[in-house]
Amino acid sequence: MRVILRNQGKEVELAGRRRVKDLLRELGLFPEAVLVIRGKELLTSDQVVGEEETIEVRPVVSGGAR
Amino acid sequence: MKCIKCRGPAVLELRRHNAAFCAEDFLAFFRKQTVETIRKWKMFTREEPVLVAVSGGKDSLALWDVLLLEGYDATGLYLDLGIYDYSKASRARCEAFAAERGAKLHVVAVADEMGASIPEVKELTRRPTCSACGLSKRYLTNRVALEQGFPVVATGHNLDDEAATLLGSVLHWAPEALARQSPVLPASHPGFVRRVKPFFRISERETAAYAFLRGIDYIVEECPFSRGATSLVYKEVLNRLEEHSPGAKAAFFTTFLQRARPAFERLEEVELRDCARCGQPTTAEVCAFCRLAERVKRAGGDRTGTPVRSEAETDPSELRGLGAAERALP
Ligand code: SF4
Ligand SMILES: [Zn+2]
Ligand SMILES: [Zn+2]
Repeated sequence: MRVILRNQGKEVELAGRRRVKDLLRELGLFPEAVLVIRGKELLTSDQVVGEEETIEVRPVVSGGAR
Repeated sequence: MKCIKCRGPAVLELRRHNAAFCAEDFLAFFRKQTVETIRKWKMFTREEPVLVAVSGGKDSLALWDVLLLEGYDATGLYLDLGIYDYSKASRARCEAFAAERGAKLHVVAVADEMGASIPEVKELTRRPTCSACGLSKRYLTNRVALEQGFPVVATGHNLDDEAATLLGSVLHWAPEALARQSPVLPASHPGFVRRVKPFFRISERETAAYAFLRGIDYIVEECPFSRGATSLVYKEVLNRLEEHSPGAKAAFFTTFLQRARPAFERLEEVELRDCARCGQPTTAEVCAFCRLAERVKRAGGDRTGTPVRSEAETDPSELRGLGAAERALP
């Protein structure tokens, strides 16, 4: 699968299918800090991403002293 | 995972509520929570004009969206900070959002009011960028609201923002900051308008999900000056806590409001007077914004009066009030 890490300007290719929850753990990301997006949908932590799919991991944490 | 309302497939899990929602039920839940917060905390009514400070990011555009959908009289205010491409892109988002909905948007350039854009301020005065930026935003949103006749300014600060700010204040035991941090700051002086944060009970992940599911084209990229900000470390620490015990962030902030803030508030009775230059309330003779503008001027950076400001969907007569305050600048 292809994982687009938004705002890091990075993409990673991973072999095999995975649950969203496991994928985030592997990438070292907190589920609270991101949205996992496939096309026009949001994925929950128990959903499985297939080998051939592309997803976007989008950070939700905005920074700076606002 | 199933939606707790309709048992259809869920798109978002909210562990601290022990719930999951489909898109439609989440959007309804989100709107309802916002409206309830506004009502319970007496932030504003549907009869009062509200000025929404919009940055082009997910929180402020989500807030403006909810307010318009729920029938509030909400006008946007975009402050152009002059931060290169980031400001251009975020401003374009706000203008497109307003145009799509036929909503009113005021655009004010910080450079017009302070004499320099946010990136220039540090070079000219050595004041840290985010500190000058924060000061300018607080000052200008208030002044524009006063001049345009808005009794209240609403900002998109969410639960994560509030919890991170609180953590920072606690780590430094900063009594003034602890006394001031509140979802509603009443207009404690004729020179202040009310400031409210209708999203203070809603997490950042929820506002992002709302903006995404509503198809709002917000700016995902971050301000270049936010890199390495301490507040991001605080947010990470809090998310680690949240991961371990869902609800920890909300409990940290709400118990502060209930148990601790009243004690700090009693300590902080300050005397306010009018700024000798602009007339805004301040504890000093000249307010912090005017002092900074003066330093900018002394450093040779005065650009006030350059035509950087523009109005989208705005009747020029509505911005006339800004001129008076501009003239009051040194
Ligand atoms: S990161 Fe700093 S400079 Fe950028 S918008 Fe936020 S406060 Fe302003
Ligand atoms: Zn549902
Ligand atoms: Zn002043």
